[in-house]
Amino acid sequence: MSAWRWWRQIGRWGSFLGFTAPALLLILFLIILPALQTIVLSFTDRQGNFVGLQNFAQVLSDPDTFNLTSFPPGPPPWGSIVHNAVWIMLHLPLTVGLGLILAVLLDRARGATFLKSIIFLGMVTPMIVGGVIIRFLFDENAGIVTAVLRAVGLTELGRSWTAYPETALPALILGSVWLWVGFSMILYSAGLATIPRDYYEAAAVDGAGPFQQFWYITIPSLRPVTMVIVAMTILWELKLFDIVYTATLGGPGGATMVLALQMYFYAFRALEFQRAATVATLLTLFTLIVGLWFVRTMRSSE
Amino acid sequence: MRRWGQELLVNALAWAVGLIWIIPFIGILMSALRPQSELIHGWWQFSSFTVSLDNFLKAWNHPTAPIGQGIRNSLIVVIPATILPLFIGAMAAYAMLRFPFPLRDPLFLVIVLLMAIPQQMVAVPLFRFLRDLGLINSYLGLILTHTAWALPWVILFLRNYFSTLPPEIEEAASLDGANRFQIFTRIVLPLSLPGLASAAALQLTWAWNDFFMALILIYDPDKLVATQRIPLLRGQYHIDWGVLTAASILTMSVPILVFALLQRYYIRGLIGWTLK
Repeated sequence: MSAWRWWRQIGRWGSFLGFTAPALLLILFLIILPALQTIVLSFTDRQGNFVGLQNFAQVLSDPDTFNLTSFPPGPPPWGSIVHNAVWIMLHLPLTVGLGLILAVLLDRARGATFLKSIIFLGMVTPMIVGGVIIRFLFDENAGIVTAVLRAVGLTELGRSWTAYPETALPALILGSVWLWVGFSMILYSAGLATIPRDYYEAAAVDGAGPFQQFWYITIPSLRPVTMVIVAMTILWELKLFDIVYTATLGGPGGATMVLALQMYFYAFRALEFQRAATVATLLTLFTLIVGLWFVRTMRSSE
Repeated sequence: MRRWGQELLVNALAWAVGLIWIIPFIGILMSALRPQSELIHGWWQFSSFTVSLDNFLKAWNHPTAPIGQGIRNSLIVVIPATILPLFIGAMAAYAMLRFPFPLRDPLFLVIVLLMAIPQQMVAVPLFRFLRDLGLINSYLGLILTHTAWALPWVILFLRNYFSTLPPEIEEAASLDGANRFQIFTRIVLPLSLPGLASAAALQLTWAWNDFFMALILIYDPDKLVATQRIPLLRGQYHIDWGVLTAASILTMSVPILVFALLQRYYIRGLIGWTLK
């Protein structure tokens, strides 16, 4: 390639580089480089020597992270990874299922716009306030949930849920369903609106009842939306921080500790940067698996 | 007759769910608006009902964590932290769509994947980097951090949005002698105002609601943003629910106002960057 053609090529790329430079520099210095430094930290000791996977072995064998000695039927703490996993196993099906039911229900109800706004309010609320509200709802004196439970005779569940290891995690998970269901509902509503009415009419002509229509038309048509909802919800469940911070600070006794909060305590309270970096790297590994799965399924469905 | 019954059932169920979902918000509103003496048996007791703004005033001027100052600080951070990523992200999104570059698609893919990364992944090195630049306890440092972290989804969302614009208009402007930056600022941006409004509504909310980045980058008591002051008002053993709920309502009022005013754009933004 002659020098002249080379320069012309650079010139052609010039506008791309000029337009993207501010964004790429900010992303490089404030996301990519610090993230790479965290990876380096997770493979070194305090003196900066390379120690292989030693930090990971240590973090994964730590009861803070992984502690199945009292896993069901015993109460938490079960370790942050288990708490995040339990959160996903309960919160994901609940929000996806409830979001779909609400979207279908509100599709036919009067005042749907207003009701959708109410349900979506949890998504607009700062999650730091969401944690306050969860604690408020499940408080022994101020909370309406505990008052209702006492009124129906479940006196044992009438105390402050966030103060006891058996109930703190369930309170947070239930509260996070209340906060997050607006997300899946809004996306499912948008998904429902894209299904052509003719499909249902044609199915009705062929004698399909409402449940068959739902199973054979609605559910398959909502597959792409469901992928989006599942991926975004798992990412949110892995990154949980704010609501735990205000509702319980990971307590009592670590019963609601999650990975992101554990990383913060290691780094900014205990000043154990290598251990904190190891937790962060593990967490990022999980989120990247979800991210890559999502990008692949979206590409193959195009 | 059966249809009528079905419709009634659907509506009753829908409104019941709506009621359950709004009860927590009514609860904090009641707790914030009414004096403590009325709330001893719960905010749902209405045998006497007095409205007072005492809790809001106490929260606003709180001796250790005044939420009024926090809201002012949050505004100082959030407004530039919305405008900056929008402009920088729009330029990058436009280039990623229209201009040739050999590594364009892999680069775009990497940027999209960055959305999955948790903020904790950068916390310690980012803190050290900004400290070395003297940008700890500095709104500039927090604004730049918010900008960088907003860019991946702003780029993804606006690239999708720009791809719906007809390229013929840009080609016509180019024949009239406009350069690429002029085409971008005078044609593409004005045509994309609805998309920019969506991105602005979402980014403003997210920057306002952020807690973690502020927590690690700002610790001077006078400079704390609103979300940082909520946990400080909670107290260790005794909780003053009146002040805490009043502060919560004040803090959430700004994103709720944005949502109420820009609801259409807000929802479209949320759907637009997650769906095509």
